[in-house]
Amino acid sequence: MHLTPEEVRHVAELAKLHLTDEEVAQYAGQLSAILDYAESLQAVDTSNVPPTPYILRLTNVMREDQPEPSLANEIALANAPDSVDGFFRVRAVFEE
Amino acid sequence: MTLTTKSKPEISQQTLNQYELVVGIEVHAQVLTRSKMFCRCATDYAGAPPNTRVCPVCLGMPGSLPVINRAAVEATMKSGLALNCTIAETAIFARKNYNYPDLPKGYQITQYEYPSCEHGYLDIDLEDGSTRRIRIRRTHLEEDTGRTVHVGQYTLVDLNRAGVPLMEIVTEADIHSPEEAYAYLTRLRTILRYLGVNSGDMEKGAMRCEPNISVRTLEQKARGEYGTKVEVKNLNSFRSVRMAIAYEMERQIALIESGGKVEQVNMGWDEQRQCTVLQRSKESAHDYRYFPEPDLPPLQVSRAWVEEIRAQLPELPIAKRDRYEQTWGLRRAEADILTSEKLVIDYFETAVAAYGTNDGKPQRLANWLTGEFFRLLYTDGDGQDLRQIADAKVRPTQLAALLQLVDDKVINPNTGKKVLEIMYATGDDPQQIVAREGLAMVSDTLVIDDAIAAIFAANAPDLARYRAGEEKLFGFFMGQVMKATKGKADPNAAKQRLQELLKG
Repeated sequence: MHLTPEEVRHVAELAKLHLTDEEVAQYAGQLSAILDYAESLQAVDTSNVPPTPYILRLTNVMREDQPEPSLANEIALANAPDSVDGFFRVRAVFEE
Repeated sequence: MTLTTKSKPEISQQTLNQYELVVGIEVHAQVLTRSKMFCRCATDYAGAPPNTRVCPVCLGMPGSLPVINRAAVEATMKSGLALNCTIAETAIFARKNYNYPDLPKGYQITQYEYPSCEHGYLDIDLEDGSTRRIRIRRTHLEEDTGRTVHVGQYTLVDLNRAGVPLMEIVTEADIHSPEEAYAYLTRLRTILRYLGVNSGDMEKGAMRCEPNISVRTLEQKARGEYGTKVEVKNLNSFRSVRMAIAYEMERQIALIESGGKVEQVNMGWDEQRQCTVLQRSKESAHDYRYFPEPDLPPLQVSRAWVEEIRAQLPELPIAKRDRYEQTWGLRRAEADILTSEKLVIDYFETAVAAYGTNDGKPQRLANWLTGEFFRLLYTDGDGQDLRQIADAKVRPTQLAALLQLVDDKVINPNTGKKVLEIMYATGDDPQQIVAREGLAMVSDTLVIDDAIAAIFAANAPDLARYRAGEEKLFGFFMGQVMKATKGKADPNAAKQRLQELLKG
């Protein structure tokens, strides 16, 4: 299993990471090694095991539809790098 | 952020006939719950200051954990059953990964491979009287996103809406005309509103429609091929959905006819200019990397639970309409209007219960309700929104009492309309109004005779002409009698007395 530089760039873009060519080469090697290690799981015969989307023996964990007070606006914004008039403020998401 | 497409040229009917329109529709409907999908923040964000309905869960704070809102799950099951879907025994939430400020977690929790409801259908009636079946591919549950406002070089983010439960209802590509799309959407909205799971408000964004539109030649159809589809967003009324589909159909056909190729793009609907416009999107194709949500155990839906929900389903609008026609003898036109809105159905049924089902009473009631009453409602209210019936001062039992007064000949139908107007303005009982305003019908022949004598005295020449054979003057005399009695004369009694006295 070897990741191509294009695959690394694609994943980086999805994660909004800007990588240099050197980093792309470096991560391609490192990520490939991790995937190779994980690939050893493929050796296990799972033909008789149904798909397992959740590993604990829990189902139907639900709550009643009862609202409770939310955070105060100041507290909600406390960790935000930037805010204005009660809004979070981020750089424009549209590129002009 | 949009580029205009070339204006569409005129296409002949002959060319149009060589193509088939193929449309599938995705509807996003906010589920009417009191709290959000995965946290206890209230959903009453309309008009609330920004970021005041938020908590660590819907803000995507590290370490917070979502918990499923049972009411939202049951509302989705209810909708699925009403749409003739199979309710899955196992439903699993998944993460749809993408980075955008309207979703602080970096992913939306939705259902992907294992949705709650699949393989349903909705039958729609078309204007020519035919019926079509629109298959429902799936109905699943997810969370709404926050609201973003773009201001200059900044984007402002309000997360009050983030995490509100949202149902996504997806049809198969079974829709073949703008009219079918319109019929499907109106019926769907009626059902969702009737179930109480969605408000149906498109302007407020509580219900959003995204049609996927493509065209194919009849040869392509024969080969089982499809054209390239274009998704249209930003549609804020069913009317604009219908217009956008019609517009896209002609645009795509014109493009193909002129040798071009339809691109798979997202378009927006420009309400002002009545055309679709290309929405610029980032080059990178969507790659959501769905995987099962590790923070939420699966839903195991027992058949007993499904039956419990099924038992809660009300009689649906179409079944009601058919019942009104078959057992109460209502005409289709009135039955359709009355069953288009839950509040109207409730009003009508309460009034029928008070008034009776014999001697064509339900139809008479339907005539008054859809005629005079709705006219007052529309004149008084804000547009033709039947939900305004909830604010009407006239109670259903009072409307029934008014019709009974007409049936009993206490007042004539014209006076009835006058009384209804007063009822509408004041909320008073009709009996009270009739007594107070002295509107009771005059069937006392002595009173009528007095009126006729006075009229004869005042119109001696006309009387003479009538008696000389000019019988068309009868109408004139009848009018004078009604006028003299301020419209309160029993028309039958007045007519009979007039005929007798005119003979001399």
